[in-house]
Amino acid sequence: MNALSLRQLNKTYDGGVVALKDVDLEVTPGDFYGLLGPNGAGKTTIIGIVTSLVRPTSGQVSVFGHDILKSPWEAKSNLGLVPQEFNFNQFETVSQIVLNQAGFYGVEHSVAERRAEQYLRELDLWDKRNANSRTLSGGMKRRLMIARALIHEPRLLILDEPTAGVDIELRRSMWTFLRDLNERGTTIILTTHYLEEAETLCRNIGIIDGGEIIENTDTRSLLAKLKSQSFLLDIGKPLQEIPTLGDFPVTPIDERTIEVEVRGNQTLTDLFARLSESGVSVTSMKNKSNRLEELFIRTLGRTKPTQEAS
Amino acid sequence: MAGFYPAYSRQTLIALRTLVGKETHRYLRIWLQTLVPPAITMTLYFVIFGSLIGSRVGPMDGFSFMEFIAPGIIMMSVITNAYTNVVSSFFGAKFQRHIEELLVSPTPNYVILAGYVAGGVGRGLFTGLIVTIIATFFADLKIHSIPITISVVFLTAVLFSLGGFINGVFARKFDDIAIVPTFILTPLTYLGGVFYSLSMLPDFWARLSMANPILYMVNAFRYGILGQSDIPLATAYILILGFITAGTAFSLWLLRHGTGLRS
Repeated sequence: MNALSLRQLNKTYDGGVVALKDVDLEVTPGDFYGLLGPNGAGKTTIIGIVTSLVRPTSGQVSVFGHDILKSPWEAKSNLGLVPQEFNFNQFETVSQIVLNQAGFYGVEHSVAERRAEQYLRELDLWDKRNANSRTLSGGMKRRLMIARALIHEPRLLILDEPTAGVDIELRRSMWTFLRDLNERGTTIILTTHYLEEAETLCRNIGIIDGGEIIENTDTRSLLAKLKSQSFLLDIGKPLQEIPTLGDFPVTPIDERTIEVEVRGNQTLTDLFARLSESGVSVTSMKNKSNRLEELFIRTLGRTKPTQEAS
Repeated sequence: MAGFYPAYSRQTLIALRTLVGKETHRYLRIWLQTLVPPAITMTLYFVIFGSLIGSRVGPMDGFSFMEFIAPGIIMMSVITNAYTNVVSSFFGAKFQRHIEELLVSPTPNYVILAGYVAGGVGRGLFTGLIVTIIATFFADLKIHSIPITISVVFLTAVLFSLGGFINGVFARKFDDIAIVPTFILTPLTYLGGVFYSLSMLPDFWARLSMANPILYMVNAFRYGILGQSDIPLATAYILILGFITAGTAFSLWLLRHGTGLRS
């Protein structure tokens, strides 16, 4: 029994926009699954359908074996959602928001209070429990939505770009929290624009584009598909001419920096041997880009953006 | 999600209790906007229409003018506040998108509807009680029939809470939640026999007034308090219950189809 199963899922919005085309997707229990794709690819539509906020045109969705239309109580009770946009009552306190959400899932008040304290403490919000939600910082609001999504202790947690707009320190602490949560048994599905995030956290990755799943495999296999990596080398002396490094393609960046491509069948040892033969002294070296980002762009056949992948 | 889930009746009850508590807390938290204005407005009605003008109008249907208009003014506050509470709360939840908290949860549609309606009924009856207390300072009100008074005011509050809910479902902008109360509800209430008896109107206008459903509710409530009505009581009950049934069915249909809520 899969944590999430989508079969032949189609969605055409009013006005004729086709958002999903025959999407089949299975996420196994305990997985940390990354769903990647550019804006408008269909990620949020999939999440919307799974969480009942969007009506599918056709197809089936089941959560831990429960069809969301035939057994909505069982399906929804197993599901928690952290949406992309802030969607809590700006006039309620942090405690009211999480306790009300617990009530909507039928959680007894005494149990809800205990869990609220647990999750608000884990997410560093306990001191803010009586604060009005609109007074929270952006990062606190994101953490509040995570606490709210966990209050009924779902077995499957879906996070739609949870770290968008939060600083690096907070992002890292959220990664740690999510990794711990996953290790405690919660299946997690994550959409993100930060491909480093997906590469760091996710065991399996699906890439969606134009409403179709175009890649769905484990992160390691996906990265193995990268036939080459590019390195930026800082050279000790200014270059008079572009060095010849045998089969290693070289691109000059400036007079002290070159970019070298290392293909799958080549090694860094070979590269440094060539550099030594050519009398090129290397002072430092770095991987040019996030590997998954590289693959993502290649898969989509798109122009590479500057920072984020979509 | 419109079905009934016997296996989850306890959880359903908790969800209902949560939503009713949330809605009640909402109008109590903003009491200065929700409870005080009707008290002030209705006091002005009593002072101006009842006391100052009413003393020159003379008796109406055997009662002082103040006694005659008191039930209508109470009913007017119940209708307005029940409707306004639900339409503003539900549209606010849509506008801020926290309605999604409910939509992603397993809370059944009938619980969502019942929760919002309960909030509207609560505020309607609360303001009705405040206005009734104020009315006792101006008129000597002796309730003719407690069961009729309570049942009519309760059912009317339910009916207009449903009306507010339907308005909230269709509303796309803040203007949409003001149109119905301003252009339909208020005129129908003023023309619903709050300040006059049907017998005072020329035949044509009296017949036309019979098409105004609020006339029936005001008169049924007046019967409960004064024991006097321009219309048969049974007709009023049939009308109110008929509208409630239709409003409930339509509201549940809207929720099931996700109108204005799910894309």
